[in-house]
Amino acid sequence: MPATPTNVPQPSRTDPALIRNFCIIAHIDHGKSTLADRMLQLTGVVEQRQMRAQYLDRMDIERERGITIKSQAVRLPWAPTEGEGQDKTHILNMIDTPGHVDFTYEVSRSLAACEGTILLVDAAQGIEAQTLANLYLAMENDLKIIPVLNKIDLPAAQPEKFSEELANLVGCEPDDVLKVSAKTGMGVEALLDRVVRDIPAPVGVADAPARAMIFDSVYDSYRGVVTYVRVVDGQLNKRERIRMMSTGATHELLEIGTNSPEMLAADGLGVGEVGYLITGVKDVRQSKVGDTITQQNKGAEEPLGGYKDPKPMVFSGLYPLDGSEYPDLREALDKLQLNDAALVYEPETSAALGFGFRVGFLGLLHLDVIRERLEREFGLDLIATAPNVVYRVIMEDGTEHTVTNPSEFPEGKIDQVFEPVVRATILAPSEFIGSIMELCQNRRGVLLGMDYLSEDRVEIRYTLPLAEIVFDFFDQLKSKTRGYASLDYEPTGEQSAQLVKVDILLHGDKVDAFSAVTHKDQAYAYGVRLVAKLRELIPRQAFEVPVQAAIGSRVIARETIRAIRKDVLAKCYGGDISRKRKLLEKQKEGKKRMKMVGSVEVPQEAFIAVLSSDEGQSKKK
Amino acid sequence: MDPMPSVLPDGEPVPSDGALPAHALADAAARPLGFYLHVPYCATRCGYCDFNTYTASELRGPEGALASRDNYADHLIEEIRLARKVLGDDPRPVRTVFVGGGTPTLLPAADLVRVLGALRSEFGLAPDAEVTTEANPESVDPAYLTELREGGFNRISFGMQSARQHVLKVLDRTHTPGRPEACVAEARAAGFAHVNLDLIYGTPGESDDDWRASLEAAIGAGPDHVSAYALIVEEGTQLARRIRRGEVPMTDDDVHADRYLIADELLAAAGFSWYEVSNWATTDAGRCLHNELYWRGADWWGAGPGAHSHVGGVRWWNVKHPGAYAQALVAGRSPGAGRELLSAEDRRVERILLELRLREGVPLSLLRSDGLSAARGFLSEGLLDPGPYDEGRAVLTLRGRLLADGVVRDLVD
Repeated sequence: MPATPTNVPQPSRTDPALIRNFCIIAHIDHGKSTLADRMLQLTGVVEQRQMRAQYLDRMDIERERGITIKSQAVRLPWAPTEGEGQDKTHILNMIDTPGHVDFTYEVSRSLAACEGTILLVDAAQGIEAQTLANLYLAMENDLKIIPVLNKIDLPAAQPEKFSEELANLVGCEPDDVLKVSAKTGMGVEALLDRVVRDIPAPVGVADAPARAMIFDSVYDSYRGVVTYVRVVDGQLNKRERIRMMSTGATHELLEIGTNSPEMLAADGLGVGEVGYLITGVKDVRQSKVGDTITQQNKGAEEPLGGYKDPKPMVFSGLYPLDGSEYPDLREALDKLQLNDAALVYEPETSAALGFGFRVGFLGLLHLDVIRERLEREFGLDLIATAPNVVYRVIMEDGTEHTVTNPSEFPEGKIDQVFEPVVRATILAPSEFIGSIMELCQNRRGVLLGMDYLSEDRVEIRYTLPLAEIVFDFFDQLKSKTRGYASLDYEPTGEQSAQLVKVDILLHGDKVDAFSAVTHKDQAYAYGVRLVAKLRELIPRQAFEVPVQAAIGSRVIARETIRAIRKDVLAKCYGGDISRKRKLLEKQKEGKKRMKMVGSVEVPQEAFIAVLSSDEGQSKKK
Repeated sequence: MDPMPSVLPDGEPVPSDGALPAHALADAAARPLGFYLHVPYCATRCGYCDFNTYTASELRGPEGALASRDNYADHLIEEIRLARKVLGDDPRPVRTVFVGGGTPTLLPAADLVRVLGALRSEFGLAPDAEVTTEANPESVDPAYLTELREGGFNRISFGMQSARQHVLKVLDRTHTPGRPEACVAEARAAGFAHVNLDLIYGTPGESDDDWRASLEAAIGAGPDHVSAYALIVEEGTQLARRIRRGEVPMTDDDVHADRYLIADELLAAAGFSWYEVSNWATTDAGRCLHNELYWRGADWWGAGPGAHSHVGGVRWWNVKHPGAYAQALVAGRSPGAGRELLSAEDRRVERILLELRLREGVPLSLLRSDGLSAARGFLSEGLLDPGPYDEGRAVLTLRGRLLADGVVRDLVD
């Protein structure tokens, strides 16, 4: 163990030459949080007895799923044990990035706050598609890459094979790939030394107006919004007024400081430093990731580049199972939005499901996480409609509609429909090339290219409609590759496609919750599948109920739920009466949970079964 | 018929002396009183049966009390004496007696007559009392029937189920086809004015023609009452297991509906009219008055293991096992296992669900506004009969009878 660092430079008075800002790019389960834990211990910022696993992951869901949703930054003092700068205490700012494709924009802002990154890869698994995508992002940002193989203590580790792979990707020698075990701590000191040696110190103009980039923004119920920034130029000082450059809004700096890893107030933050600030705003949308902060007086004229408004890509209708919980759902969404600038929603009414919200998400994981939090933290029981993407519909008369809910897809003469497309990157063992290409071809994919990462692993790139990915693509990919393939995608624009809306009718009434926009070649299969399923799930009624799938007024599939002919207990004598009355009470309860669609009683279970089968198939991490 | 499902409800405990709350006996004189006597023995257990019945002839209670076919009548008599104490100075004579099972005719006729005698001496029988026993076609003969008739029984109900051998086999019934019809003649010869045949339809493997043949055989035997029940496959029975294993097919509800229509058509053509969903009689006098007590919320005392009772809004039920039942009586305790006190709303709901099954139907005055608007809907859908409706009664049509439970669900609103 190294001695506790001495002469630790203090915030606002740290020489930029001693600062190293870095992040860790890793796939889920490749050991990023464990590595962070070891670094906290080695640098002495967390005492041994306070240590717990995944120290930096705060939300239950993060810890349970082993993924990081919100990032953080920790200031670590480190005096290298050898080489240049030996025994001189440096400041290492470790910026923890979100690990998922849905949060690519947030990842890109975290990367923009760093000069270098640790590329952490499981020595038994090799690099995964998301990691590769983030690696490319880091390279585009001119970050210094330190390739590291983790878990080399595992019996299944193949350090030679994967060193080769990483070396090819990063453009270095296999011997330059560090080998560590975050679990045992082996090699972590050497890694910290490499961070000091290889990652460039930040460069900025100290006497210019302050410019700090927001790379994260977190709502805390006690302190309001905590904003994480990286100072590029100048200095931010406590108690001065600051301005958000995208909106022009000004705030007083109530507190400024660093995390070690708990929040610690300071006098200010100087060039190259990373820390937090608190202004008293109550909503993260007032402190947006990517925005530039400057002083109110004589502030900077030009913001830092790269700011974007988060744009929802996937929509789903969320409805409380019990209609009386609608106000609770609104309140819960309001609360979640405090901490999630990308979450958008507006009220909508479904004839079938009642009052609810159309909610926009960055992607499927975002959807999953929000839904799970609503159910777990707020105790709500929800029905979610199948996720859909945003369509742009141009009518023959030139008018344009933006459709976020399939049931609102316009009727009438449509000229063109545009759907979002993504560039998908799939990494897999080469034996699965055939089945992956078949899957992508079936999902209207266009092959962009293919490269071998190593002898038996390939990177395949496709352009795919986002709608096809939203619908059970990931599960199909996993099952066709026995779980070996990994997927990443990024939005690349839109394309015109032959899309139609399929409506489902019960006894002639449209069930808005089941409307879907599909490619015209897939409409028939969708219609047949849903109609058959509903016939199975809806109990027989007092009258015959036709179940139809239709495109406009053209019926493409039909089933019939025959009228019930017998609903009577044959025997009802003395000893049956109590039982019969209790059965009646139970049936009355069941009836309350029926939703009326026109004159047809549909059990809530039928909605859940139909909607969740789509949703469940597309569930991914 | 047997008021004895296999599963007892949850309820509050019955006081050890069986005492009833005072309100249960208020205005009792205005209601008829009946007795149900349960005989929990069978020679063999039928595959479809989930009633409280046992094939062993001797069963012991926890402290060794013995319930056997030999002393069983004594236990029933003991409970009748307990009933006398509980009902106190209630002056009502017994209007109906029904001995069900199990197989009551596994007991000697003299035992059944002796139990009836206990009722006569403790309560007295009304002059026009209806006294019925169920009987298995194979366990009676003319002498037995004569002994019952002379002992005071005036109505008898035979479990015929089907006229087809292959159907009887699936039901595990041991009698030979033709025997039940012969029993009717023997009962008539012994002097029984009222004779019922029980039939079951929808047995796996039964065809429409098999069912017609059964109905025709039953009608031809000349009873004045027929009960026809859709076969209910109860969980936990041998038949349920055989269906689950795929050895016999499950009968579709639509087939049940078709068979019911056949039954109503053939019985009506033979001069029977329905007076309850599953019961038809040739005359009003041929109706089973005892069963009507159940459907009209009257008072009845069910004696025997697992039997249910109802007096003035209090329902209770006895312990199920014959040994435990005998044990309670030997110790001078009530064999009651649990009871429930019905609220006014419970009683309203029960009246609707029971009386709707009857030809006289439910007075519309029992319904609230939601129930009334539902009733108007059912009228227009053809499930309620317009004639009686205009006179203020909800009475099921033929199609309505098949959907009675669905109608009840909305009428109670």
